[in-house]
Amino acid sequence: MRNLIDIKDLSVEEIDNLIKVANDIIANKEKYSHKCDGKKLATLFFEPSTRTRLSFESAMLELGGSVLGFSESSSSSVSKGESVSDTIRVVGCYSDIIAMRHPKEGAPLVACQKSVVPIINAGDGGHNHPTQTLTDLLTISREKGRLNDLTIGLCGDLKFGRTVHSLITAMSRYKGIKFVLISPDELKLPDYVIENVLKKNNIEYCETKKIEEYLPELDVLYMTRVQKERFFNEDDYVRLKDYYILNKAKLETAKKDLSILHPLPRVNEINTDVDDDPRAKYFEQALNGKYIRMALILMMLGIK
Amino acid sequence: MNIDSIKNGYVIDHIKAGNAMIIYEALGLKNLDCQVAIISNAKSKKTGKKDIIKIDKNIDLDFDKLGFLDPEVTVNIVKDDKIIEKRKLELPEKIVNVAKCKNPRCITSVERDLDQIFILSDKKNKVYRCKYCEMSLK
Repeated sequence: MRNLIDIKDLSVEEIDNLIKVANDIIANKEKYSHKCDGKKLATLFFEPSTRTRLSFESAMLELGGSVLGFSESSSSSVSKGESVSDTIRVVGCYSDIIAMRHPKEGAPLVACQKSVVPIINAGDGGHNHPTQTLTDLLTISREKGRLNDLTIGLCGDLKFGRTVHSLITAMSRYKGIKFVLISPDELKLPDYVIENVLKKNNIEYCETKKIEEYLPELDVLYMTRVQKERFFNEDDYVRLKDYYILNKAKLETAKKDLSILHPLPRVNEINTDVDDDPRAKYFEQALNGKYIRMALILMMLGIK
Repeated sequence: MNIDSIKNGYVIDHIKAGNAMIIYEALGLKNLDCQVAIISNAKSKKTGKKDIIKIDKNIDLDFDKLGFLDPEVTVNIVKDDKIIEKRKLELPEKIVNVAKCKNPRCITSVERDLDQIFILSDKKNKVYRCKYCEMSLK
């Protein structure tokens, strides 16, 4: 039985195959509309997340399956004090596959130790978010036509931004990747990602506080939101939330074929005047999220 | 200074000077009903001084915990007055319920009956990371 807890659970070949299947789904939607007839996906969201949950549910519905679950822990038995292990054991009785989001880091790993059905990590605190990474990889692959020889700028909250950690981990396995890490000191990439991923794999990277400094070199600019829910101190959040704001004027020095990505939701880190720029790809990215999750559900359920 | 030799048990040798009491506490040796000798600042050719613990009983010694606390120690296993094995310890690949994850965002902070597991991620720098949240143990 397969689980997807960390993007590293998938080999490069498996990721390439998921991208291939997702592209085939985009080109031939009808072919896949009954692949999951009779199958049920449980979406267990112990922390609210509209778009990830809807993306999973939309993916399963488009495959002909059905969905059940909850969208916040207050409407589940967790509010009565139930453990993750117990919740998963019970939900496994009613579903064929589970997508779960939890505010505590490592919760999906606890879940898969007890589960009788495949678990997909839909985000655990500031830790991992592998399906967002698959979404990012599909988008980069579709926009750039490759996943190697790219200079990728990561901007904003690199400390708590789990999408950033997972993306760096995934892209580090491709050749010719350079990362430009753009963040204030307080939100720098954690040491363990630098040590265990970048340095360990001899990946070229540089750190800067100024978004403008390396912008002309970038093939991909990955913007992130400073997430209020990751801060224990409100003052720190208020001080850092407006640190980077991308607007049309700043993009003048950027490459014509730059791809601007954002896992969404955004607050104000990308000005709306960027939305009409052909380089803005974040809404396509959101759509791609559904297709890659369709490919993933098929893989996890062993359906071809 | 003479300390009686032991008949059956362990001699934990080459403990870094000053660490004997930490190991004594961590391994729960104070709960034993047998003779336990703690020798502090014994002479050592290699390091100048060292600590030694002698336990006069074949207890279920937690070698992983001991290796985590001081990977330089040597454990002499004694049976019928003879050393039957000299075990050189090293950092264990995994430690279970030896330390607690301090990350307030980690699932181990709320989930009941969950073992606290740390995995060795950098042997050279003795870095262990929580199995669940990957936060390093400091």
